[in-house]
Amino acid sequence: MVSALDQLWMIPLFPLVGAAEALLMAIFARGRWKRAVSVFCPGMVLLSFVWSAAAVMTLSHEPARVHQVILASWLPPMGAEWGIYLDPLSAVMILIVTGIGFLIHLYSVGYMAHESGYARYFGCLNLFVFFMLVLVLANNYALLFAGWEGVGLCSYLLIGFFYRKHAAAAAGMKAFIVNRVGDAGLLLAIFMLFATFGTIRFADIVNVPAGGVTVLALLLFAGAAGKSAQVPLHVWLPDAMEGPTPVSALIHAATMVTAGVYLIARSSAIFGVSPEASALVAAVGAFTAIFAAMIALVQNDIKKVLAYSTISQLGYMFLALGTGAWWVAIFHLFTHAFFKALLFLGAGSVIHALDGEQDLRRMGGLKKTLTITHATMFIAAVAISGIPGLAGFFSKDAILSEAFRAGSTALYVVGLVTAGLTAFYMWRLMHLAFYGKKSVPIHAHEGPWTMRVPLIALAAGSSLAGWIGVPEQWHTPALFRAFPLWIAPVFHQALREPAGDPRMEWILMGASAAVALVGVTLARYFYHHRPAMPGSFEQSLRPLHGILLNKWYVDEFYERVFVSGLAKGGGRLLSRFDTGVVDGGVNGTAWLTRLSGRISKWWDEWVLDGGITLGAYFVKLLSYPVRVLQNGHLQSYALVFAMGMVALFSVYVFSR
Amino acid sequence: MLDVFFFYAFAALVLGGALLTVTLRNTVHCAISLIASLSGVAGIFLLQKAEFLFAVQIIVYVGGVMVLFLFVIMLVNLDTAARDRQFNRQWIAAVACVLAIGAEGVYFVRSGSGAWTFAAPSEFALSAGNTEDIARMLFSEYLVPFEIASVLLLVAVVGSVLMARREA
Amino acid sequence: MAPITTGHYLGLSAALLLIGVAGVLTRRSIVVVLMSIELILNAVNINLIAFSSNSQNVRGQIFAMFIIADAVAEAAVGLGILIALFRNKDTVLADEVDLLKW
Repeated sequence: MVSALDQLWMIPLFPLVGAAEALLMAIFARGRWKRAVSVFCPGMVLLSFVWSAAAVMTLSHEPARVHQVILASWLPPMGAEWGIYLDPLSAVMILIVTGIGFLIHLYSVGYMAHESGYARYFGCLNLFVFFMLVLVLANNYALLFAGWEGVGLCSYLLIGFFYRKHAAAAAGMKAFIVNRVGDAGLLLAIFMLFATFGTIRFADIVNVPAGGVTVLALLLFAGAAGKSAQVPLHVWLPDAMEGPTPVSALIHAATMVTAGVYLIARSSAIFGVSPEASALVAAVGAFTAIFAAMIALVQNDIKKVLAYSTISQLGYMFLALGTGAWWVAIFHLFTHAFFKALLFLGAGSVIHALDGEQDLRRMGGLKKTLTITHATMFIAAVAISGIPGLAGFFSKDAILSEAFRAGSTALYVVGLVTAGLTAFYMWRLMHLAFYGKKSVPIHAHEGPWTMRVPLIALAAGSSLAGWIGVPEQWHTPALFRAFPLWIAPVFHQALREPAGDPRMEWILMGASAAVALVGVTLARYFYHHRPAMPGSFEQSLRPLHGILLNKWYVDEFYERVFVSGLAKGGGRLLSRFDTGVVDGGVNGTAWLTRLSGRISKWWDEWVLDGGITLGAYFVKLLSYPVRVLQNGHLQSYALVFAMGMVALFSVYVFSR
Repeated sequence: MLDVFFFYAFAALVLGGALLTVTLRNTVHCAISLIASLSGVAGIFLLQKAEFLFAVQIIVYVGGVMVLFLFVIMLVNLDTAARDRQFNRQWIAAVACVLAIGAEGVYFVRSGSGAWTFAAPSEFALSAGNTEDIARMLFSEYLVPFEIASVLLLVAVVGSVLMARREA
Repeated sequence: MAPITTGHYLGLSAALLLIGVAGVLTRRSIVVVLMSIELILNAVNINLIAFSSNSQNVRGQIFAMFIIADAVAEAAVGLGILIALFRNKDTVLADEVDLLKW
């Protein structure tokens, strides 16, 4: 019997085959046989999902709950090998990647049906799934890095999918370049890991002595911040919305951007013994969460709102990582994957129905025409807002209570405020898109079944995913605590405060639920009962609104400092230095040179030239035999060859 | 005795044809002498009971390679070349060199004779089906080299087409 | 007349080889140089066949077949080069081409 666990390499193999097929189609079939691509590529991801599920089931029956398959060695002295490592953490990741990946593939079949480059799109999407699986299944940092760069590449290819559009191509490059900054950190971190531990295998880096790894942890965090769009490397993600919407759902919401979270969770042994680095992670996460949420409040592009929402939610995850609540971060990653993918797909459905319209101000009243989209988006919005009962509530509440328990009131307050903001901007989006009374184009319609089914499946996930990680103080059966029980043993066991007073926990929970409800109500009040109010607020708070609308001017700052500042401004400075100092020096030197040139000319002509001519004559004389030999004629060379044979034989003849 | 006669006859054909090949002025004549020489080699194969190679030699050389040579001779204008000098300037040195190698070879054989003996002609008897023997060995023990040889031929064909085609 | 032994064949082979080498070294026409190379390869074949029948073993014949295949490939490529050369340098004479300097 084939054990799914022993043949783990099949999991990434399926999407690789799919990618190869689709890319070959893209090259040779030139738009024909679309049906083959649309069956084969999602099918491959589905197979991969089934295989992953089987492997995870088998893994759950093993006592050790860790399974390693080494396929081949790669860089033996570093401990880098082509090895697959399945433990509860990577099990969760592969299920997210292949499960959500499959739904998004299915959705894309409907969504991309009328676009050119259909096969190329699916090839890149499958390739992305492949690299993501390599990333999360790798058993060492080098292979993880290979997958890491691979997903970066696919992200670039898919952001710039509409490469004829200038903005899309530029966004692709921006994503790539900003990611490079983080990747450099990760690469340095890998070198440093090898220098410190002599190995880069995950399984060998468990018991890290405290102290001395802070720099290493910070480098790892730089890599994670680049991929997961944390401040200050967050600027690429909103621009990445130039790609097709399902790509935004898969890559820039559900899977790739969570790679940074995965990386830090995987390195929990290192972060766990470096309180300084952890504190920075938490601080950056909290800042990113509130910073992005504030931007999301005022954006008018439906996808931009969701993009900033993603950054904000990733900030939550980093906040959890920084407080040492590893499993909570992964839990939020897990629930977030469902509702954020759903939100993006719903947004895609809206955009699809409105023929590419993305501006919230020109939407409204879609509730009637897009019933399924509305219903599923409603669930997702409830889930992300943290209304008790749905997925987002459990994970977000867990993060907030962990932050509180970690003893940092500031982090807790920031998280709580962000929760309120999240509820507000989400319901602002819902009101603007679905409930207003604006006229709707007549031909707005739901997508085909391939688009509706993933929405419904994800809606089910968004409602139920949270129920496997309910808070401890609920005293539920173990099934409802399945997620923490499954994954928590993977991580570094930091010394933690024991669970606090249950009453305190209930109060915290009540607070976060209340904040969410306040956010929702405010949004309803603003955008439903008093539609004029947001406008008047905008008027009275013009400076703040402007700042938020322009995303805190971070892009402009980077443009000024790095692009113009360093590149152009540096050029100007150099030019002034050139004309002033260098040219003056050059002119002065030239005069001196001319003087000395006169002198040396005389010396040259009479002394050196004479010597050189004499030397050249000798060389010519000496070179004559060699020149005759080296005449470029084939047969002369062959003759020399034959003479050599004669000589060789003669040695034997005369030595007898 | 017939053996001996045929050997000397074929040897004369081989060496005579070869000498004419390297000395004649007209390239077409050279090619025809080469055919004669190679046919002689085929006869030598036959004398050694290598019937299959005999057939291969005739088909491949006389049928294939020679036609190729003749094509090229006609494709490339050799008329002017035929009126030209036929030997290069180093020919004396070259011939001396070749003779020296030959002389040294003879010296080696002379001084080393007795180190080996060859079987008498009566013992020249391979098993009956020469072609069968070759086939069996070629397709079992030498299968991989055989396939590599086919790849080599393919590469040679592609390469020569590439080089000979009119440049774009 | 003395009976024909393997030694006779080897002598024939050596003579053919020397004639071939002389042709390669002295002839100006590249076509004839290629023909001389065929002679050399045939000398090798005679050698192989002689040893094959001397040792009662068909392996030598297999090798001879490979050499024939090789000779064919060499002739094809050589003549291809010759045509390319004729087209670019307008000559088929070996001593008018001195490209091996570079």
